[in-house]
Amino acid sequence: MSVRARLRPARAGAGIALFLAGCAGPHHALDPAGPQARHIASLWWLLFWVALAVLLAVVIALLVAVLRGVATRAHSPREPGVVVTMTERGTVAAVTVAVGLTALIVLSLLTASALVGRTLAGLRSPDALSIEVVGHRWWWEIRYPGAAPSEQVTTANELHVPVGRPVKVRTISHDVIHSLWVPSLHGKRDLVPGHPGEIVLQADRPGVFNGQCAEYCGVEHALMRLLVIAEPADRFDAWLTAQRETPPPPTDPEARRGQEVFLAQQCALCHTIQGTPAGGRVGPDLTHVGSRQTIAAGVLPNAPEHLATWMLDPQSVKPGTLMPASAIMGDDMAALVIYLGSLR
Amino acid sequence: MSDPDAEHRERLAQTWAPRPGVLGWLSEVNHKAIALRYMVTAMGFFVLAGLLALVMRLQLARPGAHLVGPDLYNQIFTVHGSTMMFLFAVPVMEAMGLYLVPMMIGTRNVAFPRMNAFGYYVYLIGGLFLWVGLALNIGADVGWFSYVPLAGPDYSPGKRADIWAQMITFTELAALVAAIEIIVTTFKQRAPGMTLDRIPIVVWAMVVTSFMIIFAMPAVMVSSGMLALDRLIDTQFFNPAEGGDVLLWQHLFWFFGHPEVYIIFIPATGFVSAIVTTFSRRSVFGYLALVLSLVATGFLAFGLWVHHMFAVGLPEMGQGFFTAASMMIAIPNGVQIFCWLATLIRGRLLFRTPLLFVLGFIVIFVAGGLTGVMLAAVPFDLQVHDTYFVVAHFHYVLVGGAVFPLLGAFYYWLPKMTGRRLSEKLGQASFWLLFVGFNLTFFPMHQLGLVGMPRRIYTYLPDTGWGGLNLLSTVGAFIIAAAVTAFAVNVLWSLRRGAPAGDDPWGAATLEWSTPSPPPTYNFVRIPVVHSRYPRWTPLADPMVTTGLRDDLREVVITSMLDAEPTTRHLLDGPTIIPLLTALAVGVGLIAGIFTPWGFVIGAALVLPCLVAWFWPKGDPARELAEGRA
Repeated sequence: MSVRARLRPARAGAGIALFLAGCAGPHHALDPAGPQARHIASLWWLLFWVALAVLLAVVIALLVAVLRGVATRAHSPREPGVVVTMTERGTVAAVTVAVGLTALIVLSLLTASALVGRTLAGLRSPDALSIEVVGHRWWWEIRYPGAAPSEQVTTANELHVPVGRPVKVRTISHDVIHSLWVPSLHGKRDLVPGHPGEIVLQADRPGVFNGQCAEYCGVEHALMRLLVIAEPADRFDAWLTAQRETPPPPTDPEARRGQEVFLAQQCALCHTIQGTPAGGRVGPDLTHVGSRQTIAAGVLPNAPEHLATWMLDPQSVKPGTLMPASAIMGDDMAALVIYLGSLR
Repeated sequence: MSDPDAEHRERLAQTWAPRPGVLGWLSEVNHKAIALRYMVTAMGFFVLAGLLALVMRLQLARPGAHLVGPDLYNQIFTVHGSTMMFLFAVPVMEAMGLYLVPMMIGTRNVAFPRMNAFGYYVYLIGGLFLWVGLALNIGADVGWFSYVPLAGPDYSPGKRADIWAQMITFTELAALVAAIEIIVTTFKQRAPGMTLDRIPIVVWAMVVTSFMIIFAMPAVMVSSGMLALDRLIDTQFFNPAEGGDVLLWQHLFWFFGHPEVYIIFIPATGFVSAIVTTFSRRSVFGYLALVLSLVATGFLAFGLWVHHMFAVGLPEMGQGFFTAASMMIAIPNGVQIFCWLATLIRGRLLFRTPLLFVLGFIVIFVAGGLTGVMLAAVPFDLQVHDTYFVVAHFHYVLVGGAVFPLLGAFYYWLPKMTGRRLSEKLGQASFWLLFVGFNLTFFPMHQLGLVGMPRRIYTYLPDTGWGGLNLLSTVGAFIIAAAVTAFAVNVLWSLRRGAPAGDDPWGAATLEWSTPSPPPTYNFVRIPVVHSRYPRWTPLADPMVTTGLRDDLREVVITSMLDAEPTTRHLLDGPTIIPLLTALAVGVGLIAGIFTPWGFVIGAALVLPCLVAWFWPKGDPARELAEGRA
């Protein structure tokens, strides 16, 4: 009952929120898709209504003062100021009651906050899925640990999670501080160099949820984006199995030429493609890059023309990015794009 | 009609006169002159930082705009924040203190006049340094908080972060100087009879803020010093690879950074108390409660800093403590709000511009305080931390809580400072423009934060849906610009055309209104004796003035700390160029210090002769004067 009572204003309010926002994207603290974000959203609505009530009370008191002031107003600074020496009993009582109410409100909000905090910490499960997220300037490395090295999956900027199962995300950074934030699922967790951390997420419905770095991390902080893709367990398992596969050598002649270009040019210095000599660890792992929805950390759709733009002139997409421009031209570029697209 | 005081007045004017000429101008040590320079400089920085805000608003008005690139945008938001906090808000509040405190407690100058001038020049050099950096496109770009490792040597090559760190050293030095001035002046130079419970609340606010500065600023000076060392001579304080810790920076920075906002806010509450009193035509309700609230806020402010670090993942128990402290501070602030409301309700209001700003302040500050209570709740903070919700929150508490009262205070005290009245019509227009523009700019930001817009981003993609609210906010920003322009026009107009203000245009209760406007260099012809908390609203009593002070020397009365019993006469220093020279020497040392460690040696070598000159024994001026006459 109490849950429903809490949810009703939530929906009404969310409607106002959406109306004000025009067309809000899928990226929303008030549109929770998991238990953590849902608890936080209900705490927000409690805070919101209490705050609104307090603000209204103060504004009403102020209006009373102003209206009374208009009636009895002083018309000139020459009217003498009065030094009140007697105790103003009624006013003292009113102020005391107001202060007492303030203390009471503060205590109740403190309690509510602590209770929600405990609930958030309580999402634990023995069969939680473990994932590691490493923040880089300005992209996300995502690792699914496996029992054997061959079962480990490394991908970038796309966090795949099974629906309905807690996911324990280990947060790591080796350069500057980043912050992992997927508003539909949970609040933030900073990725602090020297202090690996943990956050437990869970998605209750399938969907694609936006995330973004929330700690200022340098020149391209604004475009360090992330997708969380929540899928039913069977589809998630299928995805994970596919990602564990080493892609077969390309058979298509264009793609084969693309692979030669990739290995001959500077690409392999920074990027890894399993099953080839390319083993660079500076940029994202590209073993299954063709299967991803976006490139450049959630900035461009993963389509051939965008891939080419990104490789030829990355600075035009993300000024300041550490990805160097390549000088691959014409047919070589076309072949490279076909090859990368084939890595599914 | 001969003025019995004419001769005395003449001698005082001669004794306290500044030296003539440009050199004389640079040697000035009068607290009012220094404070006015502080105010003009700080307001200049306010306007500059405001222009940066307009650039940011234009850039964010629509998704994917290309007005400025990320590199410039990052410099702009860093310099905007650093300027508003370090070069505008704190200095302007202290400037008000340096101007008003001696006037309100009835003395002739601050306790250490030369050090006061030194503080101003150090502040000026530090402020110009930051802005020259931006003008040369090597402006600081790591945020006003300069988190390591981003600000460390590995990720911020060049001199940008050094400029920021050294600007901190300059401005905090100046802040400490002003804090010491205010505390010593208030505790030792009050007019006889001004016992602790008769001190105007503005002065109390300045004292509490000054104590907070003394405890908070060293933390940021130490941490920015450590950052400079990491960058300059390869120490490893913040390098996790070598056993340093990046969180050490955050603790030290926020141990300063949270009290900082109260350092800005508390003087503003002092202005509010003064304006509420005068414009309700009655004594303030709950003087003792108001003073104790200030002190309590000052203490609690040091127990909140971790609420800036909830997303770092510190132990839950510890976070609980900081949540409790952060919410608890609502209680003393609530006490203040209720006392002001009570005074307003039980008073007879005089609707003039300063009162309008105070009424606007109450609405906006309460709204900002309530979002502050929300942010203290760890789970909710995790969602909106580092988003535009927080941007909205702190503009509500800092613009609402400090700029509104500050502008109210300007409308209130500028007639005293300049001797000219401001236009009431233009004043009310500037209030309504600011009130509407402010809410239009910052209210939508709450919503933007809730729908996921992080802070410190130079652009966003159209698919986020943040465009509409951002456009609204940009429109509001230009209305704020119009409000500030109206204020500036009003001030400039009043300087040329304003009607003479007279000694006391508002019929106020405190001592500063018993002198001419603008006040003479020596403030008071005779140092008054105080018999009440509201000296100008209570019948006169004997003795009315202090006698026995020499008028041919810069003498002030020293009184005891609690009861303000006169204890001795004290000779203050006169004008000298040495503070400026010392500040320049310090400036050379600190600026050279970001290029080479030898900079500090050079600086020390330059400062040494200045200090020798500064402390050179002056002999006994009274005897010299007597001998000269004989």
